[in-house]
Amino acid sequence: MRIIDEAVLEDLALGAAVLGTGGGGDPYIGKLMARQAIRDYGPVELYTLDELDDDDLVVPTAMMGAPTVMVEKMPNGDDIVNAFLSVGKYIGAPVKATMSIEAGGLNSVVPIYLAARLGVPMVDCDGMGRAFPELQMVTHTIHGISSTPFAMSDERGNTVLMETISNLWTETFARSVTVNMGAMAMIALYAATAAQLREAAIPGTITLAEEIGKVVRRARLEEDEPVETIRGAVGGFLIFKGKIGDVERRTEAGFAKGDAHIEGIDDYAGQRLQLSFQNEHLAARIDGEFKVTVPDLLAVLDVDTGEPITTEGLRYGFRVAIIAIPCAEKWRTSKGLELVGPGYFGYETDYVPVEERYG
Amino acid sequence: MRIGIDVGGTNTDAVLMDGARVVSSAKTPTTANVSEGIAKAMRKVIADSGIDSAAIDGVMIGTTHFTNAVVERKRLTPTACIRLGLPATVCLPPMVDWPQDLRDLVGGESHLAHGGHEFDGREISAYQPDEVRDIAVRIRDAGLDAIAISSVFSPVNASFEEQTAEIVREAIPDANITLSSEIGRIGLLERENAAIMNSCLRGLAARTVDGFKAALDELQIRAPFYISQNDGTLMNADFAKEYPVLTFASGPTNSMRGAAFLSGLRDAIVVDVGGTTTDIGVLQHGFPRPAALAVDIGGVRTNFRMPDTYSIGLGGGSLIQSEPLKVGPQSVGYELTSKALVFGGDVLTATDMIVAGGSEVIGDVGAVSGLDADLVAATQARIMEMIAIAVDRMKTSATPVPVIVVGGGSILVTGEIEGASEIIKPEHFPVANAIGAAIAQVGGECDRIFSLAEMNRDDALNQAKAEASERAVNAGAAPESIEIVDVEEVPLAYLPGNATRIMVKAIGDLAGAPPSVSSMNGGN
Repeated sequence: MRIIDEAVLEDLALGAAVLGTGGGGDPYIGKLMARQAIRDYGPVELYTLDELDDDDLVVPTAMMGAPTVMVEKMPNGDDIVNAFLSVGKYIGAPVKATMSIEAGGLNSVVPIYLAARLGVPMVDCDGMGRAFPELQMVTHTIHGISSTPFAMSDERGNTVLMETISNLWTETFARSVTVNMGAMAMIALYAATAAQLREAAIPGTITLAEEIGKVVRRARLEEDEPVETIRGAVGGFLIFKGKIGDVERRTEAGFAKGDAHIEGIDDYAGQRLQLSFQNEHLAARIDGEFKVTVPDLLAVLDVDTGEPITTEGLRYGFRVAIIAIPCAEKWRTSKGLELVGPGYFGYETDYVPVEERYG
Repeated sequence: MRIGIDVGGTNTDAVLMDGARVVSSAKTPTTANVSEGIAKAMRKVIADSGIDSAAIDGVMIGTTHFTNAVVERKRLTPTACIRLGLPATVCLPPMVDWPQDLRDLVGGESHLAHGGHEFDGREISAYQPDEVRDIAVRIRDAGLDAIAISSVFSPVNASFEEQTAEIVREAIPDANITLSSEIGRIGLLERENAAIMNSCLRGLAARTVDGFKAALDELQIRAPFYISQNDGTLMNADFAKEYPVLTFASGPTNSMRGAAFLSGLRDAIVVDVGGTTTDIGVLQHGFPRPAALAVDIGGVRTNFRMPDTYSIGLGGGSLIQSEPLKVGPQSVGYELTSKALVFGGDVLTATDMIVAGGSEVIGDVGAVSGLDADLVAATQARIMEMIAIAVDRMKTSATPVPVIVVGGGSILVTGEIEGASEIIKPEHFPVANAIGAAIAQVGGECDRIFSLAEMNRDDALNQAKAEASERAVNAGAAPESIEIVDVEEVPLAYLPGNATRIMVKAIGDLAGAPPSVSSMNGGN
């Protein structure tokens, strides 16, 4: 068991931005919420999955909706508590802990708020190992864990509970209720026991985010090859260095999609990388050929400072280093690739693990 | 004729302009009582030009005085905050992200009440006048009269903030009230922070602006005077007393606007080479391109639109290392004139390399005659490469653009810059800030989320443009001179229904002022 205090929280939020692969929402508001709760209620205990008993019930918590709205209409705080308690009440069994469903971006830190407020522990694992845009895109789905009972709460005190036949249906209904709730809702879902999570969840991702954050923070201070240091910390591969040229953006079905064209520099001079994104960075093609795709992670970093660059922050002239990080093994199964592989996002290519091309 | 003044931390600069012509300029030390330095600088430019002070039509002042008050934690008035948005936002009350010392000074008194709006204009909860009345009485009883009012999504609908101000005035007739919707954009904490800072600066603003007025009276200048804002536009003296926070970061903006004016270009890259750093900014339609990121002022996060500048560690005082060749980022800084070789020192700096290369004659040229010619050439090439990369980073497309080089270290630019269509080194740069103030216009903004499912895009854009123009007119612009200078659309991620945030900026000439100096200058 470890303790998440304010210092750990700062590093965690920083590292979560790298795992956010360009999306997942700015952790700033989530971090402030968690920090305030730690100040008011004390630090949070972080357990590994192995430290829990088989029957211990874990209910993940998260924010759903538009991060742009969250910076304006911040949560009440009771909303996330309501969602969390509603799931426990529905199941009728005591809930031991909460966890993050998405270690990349804002939702890495949102459960810390709940954990501090209710004095429940958090578990060091998540359901993505990165950020993804839809609810069903979690390793829980691969392992047959249902999002039912699903609870979503607003600041007014409304809670919508759902029973659905599939996690994809939960996504469909929840997306429209979110709009009714003001484009933002706090959610609790994917209740599971520790025994189930040892199979289904990706372990250690909260600690991983914290470690990455530490590296980024140190690199900021020392300016000593930050990109290489981050690459080492995440166990990734440098696939490209270049200068961003054209960035095309379009909105389709509520998602911000687009492509950035990046001209190679240094060792990559003469090559051209096409980076495709839909809220997150999803695929990289070099000279027309797919090199890295989802579910592997693409981190786009400022070549000098190592700062992660979001899909919204891609701009002409930025010099970037692109690091590909192997995704969790669970995503590489046929069920995993069906959920989040290149085909689901409309890319006509087979998935090839990044280390087969760059290892 | 206009006088432009820039009050910096070190120097107070003034310039007297006749239309597009710089008649005279002056540089004097900034004084503890800001008005004294201003009076001195104005006296000098008037004396040098030999004109009658009656010929002056307007005085434009850019000042860092209010930013410094926040940074130095001085002369701030205790302020209460009322936020409308219950039951939302409870987990992060006002001033939650402020440094403790500043919060203690400003008082940290805050109240949450019902109200606020959703992104699409629905009410979060019904507004409760009695609740606000009770809060107003409590604030009065606490002896406070400076109040900031914020409401969730007030950039979409400000009515609750306005109603609250009326109710507060019933309890506290002389209340000094700032509405967040009048100041900031979307981002509740940042906008609210700015509103609180504005209220806590109003006391200082009234004294300072009155001091400016006294300085003008002393010189028998009867013309109206204006203060520059962070976006390069002007506000009149009464407006400045109301919104001192809008002066934040007007310095770099005025400098870039001055560069635009001096070069006659509206779209260009500005490279400002100083002693230690080089700052690169982008002019779009004659205004600095704003930064997308949040900006900290004295440790408090705000969302003002600051100029988007990129800094590299290169300047006239940059240290040079050979084997391997390295230029900066360490610098002798303000000690250049004693430490560089050409000034009799023993440190090899970028300035020495330029002098050794023969393009400039500064100080003791003999002191650098023995430098290795290859190293000199390699250093100059490296400097140009550093500038070229930084310039390229700030460009928005591969098309070559003109580059305006300004600043004391501009001698470092010795050749071509890759990606630059031309390089311009204008005259009068030392007072570009003051010139930027002198030529400023007035503007207005609109920043709202529109649902394009309910309204077509053209209607939404037109509505945003109309709102921005109306605000420019309210700020003093002549309606016939209004021009839309910036339109930005950002679709909201993870949200169906085509909700799009639209930001529009309009500017125009001061009503009753002589025709726009920038249009007299012919634009581009």
